[in-house]
Amino acid sequence: MSLVQKYPKEVKQILSKYPPEHKRSAVMPLLYLAQREEGYLTKAAMQDVAKIVGITETDIAALVGFYTLYHDKKEGKYRMQVCTDLPCALRGAEQFMESLCSKLGIQVGETTADGFVTLEAVTCLAACDKAPMFQTQGPDGIKYHENMNVDRTMELISVLRRSGREVEK
Amino acid sequence: MSYIVLRHRDIPDLNKLDIYQKNGGFAAFQNAVTKMKPNEVTDVVKNSGLRGRGGAGFPTGMKWSFIDNKNWPHYVVANADESEPGTFKDREIMEGNPFQFLEGLALACYAVGANVGYVYLRGEFWQLAAALDEKLAEMEKAGILGDKLFGGDYSLRIYTHLGAGAYICGEETALLESLEGKRGQPRVRPPFPPAVGLFGKPTIINNVETFTNVPMILANGADWYKGIGTADSAGVKVFSLSGRVRKPGNYELPFGTTFRELIYTHGGGVQDSRPVKAIMPAGASSSLIVVKDEKILDTPMDYATVRTLGGDLGSASIIILDDTVSMDWLVNKTVHFFKHESCGKCTPCREGTYWMSNIIERIHQGQGTTGDVDLLLNVAKQIQGKCLCALGEFSTMAVVTGIERFPEDFKNAVSPAPLPALYVKKNEGMDTERV
Amino acid sequence: MTNQVTLTIDGQQVTVPAGIGVVDAAKMAGIDIPVFCHHPKLEPVGMCRMCLVEIGRPMRDRATGQIVMENDAPKIQFLPKLETACTNKVEEGMVVLSQSAKAKDGQRGTVEFLLTSHPLDCPICDKGGECPLQNLTMAHGPGKSRFLFDEKLRLGKRVPLGDLIVLDQERCIQCARCIRFQDEIVGDSVLGFDDRSRSTRIITFSEPGFDSVFSGNTSDICPVGALTTRDFRFEARPWELESAASICTQCPVGCNITLNTRREARAGGDFVVKRVMPRQNEEVNEIWICDKGRFAHHYTDSKKRLTQPMARKGKSEKLTHVSWDEATKLAADRFSTAKENFVVLASGRLANEDLFNLKSLADQAGGQAYLYSRIGGGELTTQLGVGADTNFGKMGKGTTIVVVASDLYQEAPIWYLRVKQAVDRGATLIVLNPRATKLDQFASFVVRYAYGDEVKEIRDLDRKKEVGEAFKQAENAVILFGSDGLGVEGTSNLAAACAKLLQDKGQVGKPNNGLIGVWERANDQGAWEMGFQVTDDLAGVLAGKSIYVVGANPVGDDPKLAEILNGAAFVAVQDVMETETTEFADVVLPARAFTEREGTLTSGERRVQRFYSAVPPTGEARPDFAITAQLASHIGIVLEGTSVSAAFDRLVGAVKSFEGLNYAKISEVRPQWPIVGRGDMYYGGTTYENTMGLGAHLTGAAERDEKVSLPRAHREIPPRPKHNELLAVPVTRLYDRGTTVMKSADLLRDRIGEPFIALHPDAAKNLGLEGGQLVNISFDGVSGDAVVRLDDTVSVRVVLVPREMGFAIHEPVPAEIRALEKVA
Ligand SMILES: Cc1cc2nc3c(=O)[nH]c(=O)nc-3n(C[C@H](O)[C@H](O)[C@H](O)COP(=O)(O)O)c2cc1C
Ligand code: SF4
Ligand code: FES
Repeated sequence: MSLVQKYPKEVKQILSKYPPEHKRSAVMPLLYLAQREEGYLTKAAMQDVAKIVGITETDIAALVGFYTLYHDKKEGKYRMQVCTDLPCALRGAEQFMESLCSKLGIQVGETTADGFVTLEAVTCLAACDKAPMFQTQGPDGIKYHENMNVDRTMELISVLRRSGREVEK
Repeated sequence: MSYIVLRHRDIPDLNKLDIYQKNGGFAAFQNAVTKMKPNEVTDVVKNSGLRGRGGAGFPTGMKWSFIDNKNWPHYVVANADESEPGTFKDREIMEGNPFQFLEGLALACYAVGANVGYVYLRGEFWQLAAALDEKLAEMEKAGILGDKLFGGDYSLRIYTHLGAGAYICGEETALLESLEGKRGQPRVRPPFPPAVGLFGKPTIINNVETFTNVPMILANGADWYKGIGTADSAGVKVFSLSGRVRKPGNYELPFGTTFRELIYTHGGGVQDSRPVKAIMPAGASSSLIVVKDEKILDTPMDYATVRTLGGDLGSASIIILDDTVSMDWLVNKTVHFFKHESCGKCTPCREGTYWMSNIIERIHQGQGTTGDVDLLLNVAKQIQGKCLCALGEFSTMAVVTGIERFPEDFKNAVSPAPLPALYVKKNEGMDTERV
Repeated sequence: MTNQVTLTIDGQQVTVPAGIGVVDAAKMAGIDIPVFCHHPKLEPVGMCRMCLVEIGRPMRDRATGQIVMENDAPKIQFLPKLETACTNKVEEGMVVLSQSAKAKDGQRGTVEFLLTSHPLDCPICDKGGECPLQNLTMAHGPGKSRFLFDEKLRLGKRVPLGDLIVLDQERCIQCARCIRFQDEIVGDSVLGFDDRSRSTRIITFSEPGFDSVFSGNTSDICPVGALTTRDFRFEARPWELESAASICTQCPVGCNITLNTRREARAGGDFVVKRVMPRQNEEVNEIWICDKGRFAHHYTDSKKRLTQPMARKGKSEKLTHVSWDEATKLAADRFSTAKENFVVLASGRLANEDLFNLKSLADQAGGQAYLYSRIGGGELTTQLGVGADTNFGKMGKGTTIVVVASDLYQEAPIWYLRVKQAVDRGATLIVLNPRATKLDQFASFVVRYAYGDEVKEIRDLDRKKEVGEAFKQAENAVILFGSDGLGVEGTSNLAAACAKLLQDKGQVGKPNNGLIGVWERANDQGAWEMGFQVTDDLAGVLAGKSIYVVGANPVGDDPKLAEILNGAAFVAVQDVMETETTEFADVVLPARAFTEREGTLTSGERRVQRFYSAVPPTGEARPDFAITAQLASHIGIVLEGTSVSAAFDRLVGAVKSFEGLNYAKISEVRPQWPIVGRGDMYYGGTTYENTMGLGAHLTGAAERDEKVSLPRAHREIPPRPKHNELLAVPVTRLYDRGTTVMKSADLLRDRIGEPFIALHPDAAKNLGLEGGQLVNISFDGVSGDAVVRLDDTVSVRVVLVPREMGFAIHEPVPAEIRALEKVA
């Protein structure tokens, strides 16, 4: 089932943001939409978006490759993206990451056995004063989690596991 | 004194439309649309001495006056990409005081005759974008956005656009490419956006904080604003304070406030009361300002004076480094950041950041030689002045100033001498290997 | 850009057109500023930073705006930073330093950066010897590497981008020339960059990979050895290659090419063609050629080449070797006695000189001369064809280009490019076709019609609303007509309708105006000029006759003709290769391939161009015109058979439109822009400079102010299919299954594909068929198997049957389609 059939309202709304002769601008929001279900972009999804905005699949692949928030491979349901950039590192982000790794029993870039969490190290997320922090990228979008410690993080994960979705703060 | 940009800290729930309007919100916009000519708005901003808050510090009013009136339509784009390590002010503004930001954007649109404005947010600001979309819907309902505003014939719509994870999209022309649905790679400049911008049309791009100042300027007048801050840098700045301080966070202070006041009066001083070793005034892309001499801390923070310390105030993302931080560790951090964020379009940055990261990694792992330190410095200088955009330049700042201003840190790194505390903590595994 | 600016580059004052970049200005002045990403045919992007120079501009007084003088010369102000000479436009009084210590240091730095991740495998690199990076490393590079070798990125050395181009990721320097070529020149983004920073990689996601008929050009403009062609990879080193100027014989565009040759053991130490390269002719193909022209030449050294004259004692006997004299005499005797029953059937891939001799022979022996083609209307292009000095490169605003019943991308790829460029320059494009074609995307107006309505559509064109206006407004108008779904009758009528439209509006007899036939072969236009005719009833024309088949394979294209040739009084076949037709020959005459001889061809634009011989003849093979002359001599007919230029002069004497031409004239060259193919491969790529001739145009009737009387175009109503049938219409595919192409099949496999027919998904559903399924299609006595391709751009009533797919389709005809076995 194509994106337009699945989300007619959203697609229409997205396209309405840009001048009709510059449909291409809609490609990024559409890719987010197409990534929603699977957590990554299937070839079919890319073809789909390419059709809607009238560019080639190669153009799409080039975008997916350039922007770090688009993914072309299946990973954990939730991507836990810990900022280990300079300011956060100055506030213990790296130790946080290390302990998180050992708690989850995976290395950075790996996914938990149950395919639920993928742990990633990312560059600055504009929350330098609230380190250690990370964002989760999952079915329900991207959410920030700030001033975290390992226990609160493990707690969050188990909540996610149970509820299957982010609970609003 | 009361807040100008971070007004939500004075007024609770300022991010609710009715509260914002109760506090004079959108009066300036309505007044401009109904009573002022567009260029009059630009003139006020010009006279206020407001300079861009995104890093370059370019006079805002002057930029607006560069818009090419022979080529239509015009666009205004808010740069909400906020990706410079150490910068987190635009986010607080958009969360706490969104309407003032949007009113500033609306005023800019009116001033340059744009009927469409875009807010380009970094992809990570997903929730924020959703929130802003709601605010924009409310504004449309309230008749602040839409067709024929306030009974006149000026129409305006504002849309959000989410990036997807690329620091370079903060660079204004890369941002435009991204907004056009392409890879966020900078364009050759000139032509500059006010001549050829979004969809090839004249476009004004400003930082979120820049826009957020505008409504207050129009409400209280250019002279009022000029009266704040210094002659060189008018008004207030939101300083993002981070690093080894007790109370990191955003602090809105007049330009000219000293580092000392920011760090000690507001920031609660350095962690474990250690001495400040160095300051990065403009995030990861800034030079390292040496604080061997305590007096440096009494330097007033404005664009001109900070330059005299061999640095740039940039976006005023003040990262405090104490004596536990070894500069080779820090440079390793910054270089890896820029290597990861280089868009790959031009050779010196693409190849240079990769090369530098190899060398610094080697040094940092203790496999480096003094020759490597010289090579690193040399490569950094070979990048300087040759790149298509400023990112390449940024990637060399900490490297060059780090090596030149803190040679001993690198000497230590390439010789098995005892290492500073934090550095050792970071590298237990490796360190034990060495002895 | 008539106004000029004067600036100083490395101390040399140069005056150049305003608006151009500094690199190009320097080039005009004979100064080479090193570049990688910049290419004169592409928009400057300033990516590679190789062209770093110091740029100074006259200083202006802030207050007065006056230029500041300093001992009575303008004071020059240099920016602190180096600038890219490719992106900076020339300015009056500008001063450029490309050789200063500072500039050189910048250039050195860029080369060093590029080398940090470059494998330096020049000794095994195809580009070695013609490599910009290699050259510039010698000129500007550092002596030794400061980059740790073990830290070099290890990447894919053999990544196929589609079946023709191979990418070496280690060698790629991310200049994006290939990507930009596809985006800007072709308008089809099938290449792109993946990832970013140092991980930036070239990728293609099209199906098949790198889905472009122009892919080979990217390896010419690639400034390193990152993109190599499948058939030249590791085949030879550039400095071992000889080169000969030639003309592509694959389609009517007449692209100028260079044949690169080398002595090889497999040829007994003789020269063989190693690769086909573009040769610059800005008026024809610029510096591009299509992949068919580049890769389909392998038939010339195929095992099936005919090497000696042969004859049959009796019908059932085998062919045996005879002398040239015997062979030609044998044929001559039969032809002379046959009189009006003597028929010449000649192909449009022959040279003008060949065709002229053949026509003369037919005339003087009392026989008839037919062109082996399924497209009519040539008698009109000879009169109202585009005027002398027509140049697609000059078409832009004010020119309207009409393309009717043609899929240019498939039928004449370089014309597709030229039309697209013209549109980029502001030309108006009107495309009329029964189905969607790639060209539609550039058209200002697309007109769809049902097969059979083409004449009506053209007749009513200027009565249509906006489209009509667009045509009426045109200062210049060119109409290209093709044969999409048409036979001889249909195309003749279409041509007549187009000719009338042009003549009524006076768009004839001047440059960039007139009629162009999108013919099947390279020299069909030449044949028309000499008075050859075509027929839609080949069987009827050949039955019982004494036939001289030259360069054609009628039986291969149409097996039904087998018994006709069997029943013919006498058959002589003259060709380069053994074909299905030679099996029915009483006499076989081996001809030289175009690579083994000289001659001239007349392109669809009526430009006469020269090709030269590059390799020695195969066996006893002789040039066609010489064979014909020898044959004629036995009948006492005197034709030029020794000197090809003399043969041409005779042709000029006899055919009006050739008047005034001679080999000297068509060999003339003029300076061309951009300057390519010189020592500095980094500027224009490895394409060749044209030193052997740009060709010259024929004149048309209108130019000779002769009265042209046009035949009335009447409308062909195609037969209507029965309920269980579809209307089968012939269409043209670039990669057909014709003899010359199939010899390169191992290379072009994915492109040629299996025989197929295309129909609308709904049409398929009605017949219970699905895509990829093997079916049998049959129409008036022809029957063949093909795979079903679904194409929602064709009407549900028709089925597209590509020409030369193994079963003969000459005109629209009702067809029955039966499912064979299902495919998984
Ligand atoms: C690599 C790079 C990253 C940048 N990132 C940002 C950013 O995140 N936010 C921003 O406002 N400006 C950023 N800038 C500056 C913008 O290019 C531009 O100067 C600014 O948005 C203009 O707005 P202003 O005049 O209000 O400062 C960046 C510049 C460069 C070269
Ligand atoms: S300097 Fe870096 S980020 Fe800027 S264009 Fe060059 S490669 Fe891209
Ligand atoms: S930057 Fe000028 S040639 Fe590449």
